[in-house]
Amino acid sequence: MKTLKNMSKTSKTNFATYGMVIVVFAVLQLLGSDLIQRGGVLSPTLKGQLVPICAYVVMALSLNLTVGVLGELSLGHAGFMSVGAFSGTVAATALQNVIPSPGARLLAAVVIGAVFATVAGILIGIPVLRLGGDYLAIVTLAFGQIIKSLIENLYVGMDVNGLHFDFLENKIALAQGGKMIVNGPMGIPSIQKLSSFTAGFLLIMAALFVIFNLTNSRSGRAIMALRDNRIAAESVGINVTKYKLMAFVTSAALAGAAGTLFALGQNTLVASKFDFNTSILVLVFVVLGGLGRMWGSIIAAAALTILPEALRQFADYRMLTYAIMLILVMLCTNNPTLKSFFSSLAAKVKGSAKKGKAKGGEGK
Amino acid sequence: MSFLNNLINGIGLGSVYAIIALGYTMVYGIAKMLNFAHGDVIMVGAYVCFFASSTYGLHPLVGVLLAMAVCTVLGVVIERLAYKPLRQAPSLAVLITAIGMSYFLQNAAQLLWTPNPKVFPAFFTLANPDGTSRTGVDLFGGQLTVRFTTIVNLLVCIVIMVLLTWFTGNTKMGKAMRACSENKDAARLMGIDVNFTISITFAIGSALAAIAGVLFLSSYQTLVPTTGSMPGIKAFTAAVFGGIGSIPGAFLGGVLLGVIEIMAGAYISTQLANAIVFAVLIITLLVRPAGLLGKQVREKV
Amino acid sequence: MKKFLALTMAAVMSVSLLAGCGGNKDSGKLKIGGAGPLTGGAAIYGNAAKNGATIAAEEINAANPNGLQIELRYEDDTHDPEKSVNAYNTLKGWGMQVFLGSVTSAPGVATSVEANADHMFYLTPSASSTDVLGGVVNPLTGTVDVERKDTIFQMCFVDPNQGSASAQYIFDQKLGDKIAVIYKNDDVYSTGVFNSFDAKAKELGLNVVSVTTFTEDTQTDFSVQINDAKAAGADLLFLPMYYQPASLILAQSAAAGFAPKYFGIDGMDGILTLEGFDTSLAEGVMLLTPFNADSEDAATKSFVEKYQAAYGDAPNQFAADAYDCVYAIYQAATKTGVTADMSASDICDKLVAEFTSMTFNGLTGEGMTWAADGTVTKSPKGMVIKDGAYVGMD
Repeated sequence: MKTLKNMSKTSKTNFATYGMVIVVFAVLQLLGSDLIQRGGVLSPTLKGQLVPICAYVVMALSLNLTVGVLGELSLGHAGFMSVGAFSGTVAATALQNVIPSPGARLLAAVVIGAVFATVAGILIGIPVLRLGGDYLAIVTLAFGQIIKSLIENLYVGMDVNGLHFDFLENKIALAQGGKMIVNGPMGIPSIQKLSSFTAGFLLIMAALFVIFNLTNSRSGRAIMALRDNRIAAESVGINVTKYKLMAFVTSAALAGAAGTLFALGQNTLVASKFDFNTSILVLVFVVLGGLGRMWGSIIAAAALTILPEALRQFADYRMLTYAIMLILVMLCTNNPTLKSFFSSLAAKVKGSAKKGKAKGGEGK
Repeated sequence: MSFLNNLINGIGLGSVYAIIALGYTMVYGIAKMLNFAHGDVIMVGAYVCFFASSTYGLHPLVGVLLAMAVCTVLGVVIERLAYKPLRQAPSLAVLITAIGMSYFLQNAAQLLWTPNPKVFPAFFTLANPDGTSRTGVDLFGGQLTVRFTTIVNLLVCIVIMVLLTWFTGNTKMGKAMRACSENKDAARLMGIDVNFTISITFAIGSALAAIAGVLFLSSYQTLVPTTGSMPGIKAFTAAVFGGIGSIPGAFLGGVLLGVIEIMAGAYISTQLANAIVFAVLIITLLVRPAGLLGKQVREKV
Repeated sequence: MKKFLALTMAAVMSVSLLAGCGGNKDSGKLKIGGAGPLTGGAAIYGNAAKNGATIAAEEINAANPNGLQIELRYEDDTHDPEKSVNAYNTLKGWGMQVFLGSVTSAPGVATSVEANADHMFYLTPSASSTDVLGGVVNPLTGTVDVERKDTIFQMCFVDPNQGSASAQYIFDQKLGDKIAVIYKNDDVYSTGVFNSFDAKAKELGLNVVSVTTFTEDTQTDFSVQINDAKAAGADLLFLPMYYQPASLILAQSAAAGFAPKYFGIDGMDGILTLEGFDTSLAEGVMLLTPFNADSEDAATKSFVEKYQAAYGDAPNQFAADAYDCVYAIYQAATKTGVTADMSASDICDKLVAEFTSMTFNGLTGEGMTWAADGTVTKSPKGMVIKDGAYVGMD
């Protein structure tokens, strides 16, 4: 009890975040298990969405590191996800005979996906992080588009002699029994599903662990100092490029891992999936959940991935409703008048529940 | 000759980007927000003009004016309902709201006007003596074709650019806009109605979007509810390329972007044309971090 | 404050999700589901298929008040493989017994895996990629990249057949000495047809002088592609793509003073239905299509009339294929004694057996048969557009 009291507010939030993820995972595992499934508690749609939700949660956490902690806007984060998705899937297919255990193969693929995304992160980060603000945003957007175009023209085949690569035109000649893994614009036509909800849960925990340890370290404080006041931070001797790159590349690596997890939970994959709209979608998760607030990103990513499915009953008006809800939520959480109205409402609800013991609004 | 043809086509495409970019840069320069719904206002303008001229048979010019009126109202309403309440909020919140607005307009358009493509009429044609009509002039015995839309786009674009430069430089409202763009609080202290100024900016930006919509669609005729999204992104890129906030920059950025896109497709690879456009953008921004004609702001310490 | 909102949101969502499922109510009707892009950039294709299937279901229910009744439900997949699996799962939660498949190819590849794993019968109107069926040889590399999925059947021609049939047709009829091709590089359908066209053209020794591409992001300006074809002196332009970009190419070619012969595939069907399209631009365009909305055939006429009355425009090949899908399933289901209370898996066994042995007459062809590999055999009609209408080419 004493240690809990002595903890800083950040550590408490961090542990609460871990706790939240574990509890949700346990509850969903229980609901999804065959025992209760006969009663039809978890809809097939939600069951099918569990892995993508985990991947989007990791994406949101990863982007929150760039946008919330580092304070730089990225509009091309789906590009890193794409790099991770394609390299991870190729790796998983190539390792089919080397690592027979699906779990170990998934782990290897996720690591490889993260490594490739790290390389992409370094290549992009070094020139780009010299820019700031909206210019950085547009350059990341441009990189996202370039990655998409490049992968759309990539051909990878596999036969007994190993992997074969080609670019722009497919001139790969494969030995008997070989097959194409990546088919240029047609993407990856068939994927052996390796990802599971448990794997997704573990990846979320790993991402949280990486992010919390980074932000609570000396480096993390340097990164946040850069975000809050770059000039002041520079004047006390913080190396701008080094720390910016550290945050950016970590974020890219996590996005790559998320991409692999996502891809290995899909039946097919095309490069155009990871376009500008996907980057924006992840940004929406981050902003809605709150900049720098990891548990917010987790809830927002999960909620906004489920929302369009939950709105299917609106049929034709589904996406319209989604847009309106998005605008309303942004207005409600950011407009001063509405915000104070909701805070007082929340206080009242809380107050009546606690019989007058409330100490005013919860406000942020 | 093929090079000249490509160059002319590039300028034709670029002038469309430029017109859209002018609206983008205007709103960004003054309200300091990326209005991602701009491309969708273009789509709405094009639909209004389409219905006015094709369904109701009005003169195209009436259609354009009607589109401008509808878009102006739409722009101001969007600003009032979605952006104004967030004036004090972080810029990212406004960005997300703008994205929500973009989804809203696209989906509303799909419900209202169905997803079936409408083919926009070609406005800029000349009647041939034999009763058919021409859409361009042929030079050098047909080896070189200049479409009328290219000429019109370029002219309209230059006129708008000159008018906007004059407006922001010489009128009272224009000066108020520039003041708001420098420092909103200081402008307010000087007695400028900041909210009104921003509303006017949106009104002008949206009216420009209507013109852009009509010109865009009379060049590339398929009109669907998602028509505005890709040109929107390209025009945004063009605005940044030229230096966002700069009116001549938007024009230059747009035209260059169009030329690069066509040239890359013609001489390197149509598969990679888009990637090359963005690569050129990145290199430009690395060399000139504020774009071609953008103001290089010195950092205050 | 934000916490409050977020928690409320999460709570509302979980309640709606839990409440939304488990509704496997027995309506006494055969539940047929379909998925396609009903919103977004590809919405025209999904909505056309949905409308066509709806008309078929209504006709069947009205004609057989005492027989097997059909309940049809379409879900939106926004042309995204990830969302298409969600749509499929939603339909499964609703109690779907037969799946009308995905309308477009990339989502079709994703849903076919799920349906095959669930042993659910799957007949797609228009997802024509070979990867939807699986087990087909890649024309470029000679490899089989996807295993055959046994429960999957197609109503449309499979892409390679269209590509090689087009090459063969051009060769047989000597339509062009110098052939140019424009295709959509980021589209599974367009690339699939092009690849097999390319392979067949090489085999036949066709003279292909210009091959250019475009993508979803660059499908407004085609001047580069047109210039390239024009400069190479092409006299025939092959356009393996859907009619929306094709209409732009026709208009821009005319403006550039380039007037080759045009050759399209089934995706070109619909070009005459575009609102405001100057049909004189399409004069002389040749295409291979299974469906002709201008046909004098009684069934087609009645379908076109109903479609126009209900949806305000002329049906295209997507609508006709989806219409045929529902009828084909119904024919097989009544023949094999399928009832509404059977499980999806039992129905699948009966339908797979019946489909590989039956003959079906529909709007898109007479005497259609299906092979065990899921492909349909029907003869594509070579059509040419004359005075704004299709005329048989032969």
